[in-house]
Amino acid sequence: MTTPLLATRGLTVSIAGIRVCNGLDFVVEPGHCWAILGRNGAGKTTLLHTLAGLRNPAAGTIEFLGRSLATTGRRDLARLRGLLPQDDSDAFPATVLETVLIGRHPHLSRWQWEGAEDLRIAREALAAADMTGTDARDIRTLSGGERRRVALAAVLAQQPQLFLLDEPSSHLDLAHQIALLDRLVDAVRAGGKALVMVVHDINLAARYCDHALLLADGVALAGPAPELLRAERLSAVFGIALQAVAGPRGSVFAPE
Amino acid sequence: MPRISAVFALPALAVIAFAAFALALSVGSVAIDPAAVIRALLVSGDETQRTIVRELRLPRALAAFATGGALALAGALLQVLLRNPLADPYVLGVSGGAAAGALTMMLLGVAAWLVPVGAFGGAFASTIIVFGLARGNGAWSPTRLLLTGVVVAAGWGAVVALILSLAPDTQLRGMLFWLLGDLSAPPAAWSTLAALLVALVAVLPFAGDLNALARGETTAAALGVDIERLPWLVFALSAFLTAAAVTTAGAIGFVGLIVPHAVRLVVGNDQRVLLPACALAGGALLLVADTLARQVIAPAQLPTGVVTALLGVPTFLYLLRREHR
Repeated sequence: MTTPLLATRGLTVSIAGIRVCNGLDFVVEPGHCWAILGRNGAGKTTLLHTLAGLRNPAAGTIEFLGRSLATTGRRDLARLRGLLPQDDSDAFPATVLETVLIGRHPHLSRWQWEGAEDLRIAREALAAADMTGTDARDIRTLSGGERRRVALAAVLAQQPQLFLLDEPSSHLDLAHQIALLDRLVDAVRAGGKALVMVVHDINLAARYCDHALLLADGVALAGPAPELLRAERLSAVFGIALQAVAGPRGSVFAPE
Repeated sequence: MPRISAVFALPALAVIAFAAFALALSVGSVAIDPAAVIRALLVSGDETQRTIVRELRLPRALAAFATGGALALAGALLQVLLRNPLADPYVLGVSGGAAAGALTMMLLGVAAWLVPVGAFGGAFASTIIVFGLARGNGAWSPTRLLLTGVVVAAGWGAVVALILSLAPDTQLRGMLFWLLGDLSAPPAAWSTLAALLVALVAVLPFAGDLNALARGETTAAALGVDIERLPWLVFALSAFLTAAAVTTAGAIGFVGLIVPHAVRLVVGNDQRVLLPACALAGGALLLVADTLARQVIAPAQLPTGVVTALLGVPTFLYLLRREHR
């Protein structure tokens, strides 16, 4: 048995008096890819931030590699898990390369500058996000999708064990959604890492994730994707009649 | 690995600051050539020149440099903290609080050493009011902070007007000049310089954290930055710097706003370079502005704050317009 990368016990999360999940137990093993699905306002981002240790749960515990989140230092935690936030904030001018190098922050000591190795990692991350050759561009001149790819590259440069991604495919064109997630999921599975992503596209979830977490009305259901990602259950979660139709790689869900 | 421009920026700014000192020490009602300035500083030389350079011009130049550096550093810190390039000690009411505190002490006619205490008290009170109120339901919202700061600054403006209307005529002119930003009689220039150095040394270890914070609070937290405590350190340091500047030179506007902008255009937004560069550039700018203030309508002197505002207002408006394009 490998030590799970992430394990929750009796996790209860609420925000502004609204319950997101209640007594949730789930375990993310190395190599696993999880999808968090639910309607707008179901608390997907709140749950993801709680898993990242950015906010405290109402009850329950979270463990990273068998160590309680509460006793793990900020810096250690930042080397274990990376978070792609929903939005990117660009108040100041910065180049693409500088933006990606920020991901190296938890690996540098207070007085250390980024070195050749950090540059190599950042350039590799940019290549994985299909942004090679944009090093010197100001991020504020990029399109929404390009900006999103740079943000993803910054998380890749952080080299975490666990990727927590909030809508990684948003703003991306279809070709880049597939290309980037293909690369990321392959790297996660090959490297014994893990991924938890909030995603609105059920078909992307079904294509890439082996496990799913469904949020609906303050209750979270966690389990293997083939069991949870079924037309009947998804119709109930999203409040819209869905039908599974045969696609090139298993079922594809479409509204009736 | 810093940018190439950053590697050269700090030495270049140091040279500029040095040149500004040379100018400030040699220009005036009695022109003293640079060689004579150095003689007056290092060896005895001519008695009159020594007195002018060492006792009149040097303290004023040091005060101007330290004040400009402190204001620029405070501005740079508040801008990265609020992730808003329009933040500065003025806009956020920190300077207003310091001015109101110092003027209250002057009005009460207490001992001179209590004036800086009043300024520190006002600056910290203002900081706590602004950040306490804007804290709201647990999240720092930059927009809310900025809005609260603007309102609190307006409130301090009213308090200052009230104090001025209550002040006896004998004190009014002095207060007004001080309020406009005046370096003609700086108290303890060395202590302002020490305050600037202390603040710079205290904040530099956190410059990398501030780089992460510039990318947003969630990103910074995910990268291991303590986003609960770091803002308080930055607030406290910017209040300290503002109070030191206001005590030394009264209310001098726009240095905190324009200097970080200009420096960012040249060296980028890496706080590890930007913060020391702002201290140097702000110091040099105010030193030049003060030399101009002494010189333009000599033998009369302009308040230094008037010169910086005359330079600052058009720059601010230009930057604002550029932001919207």
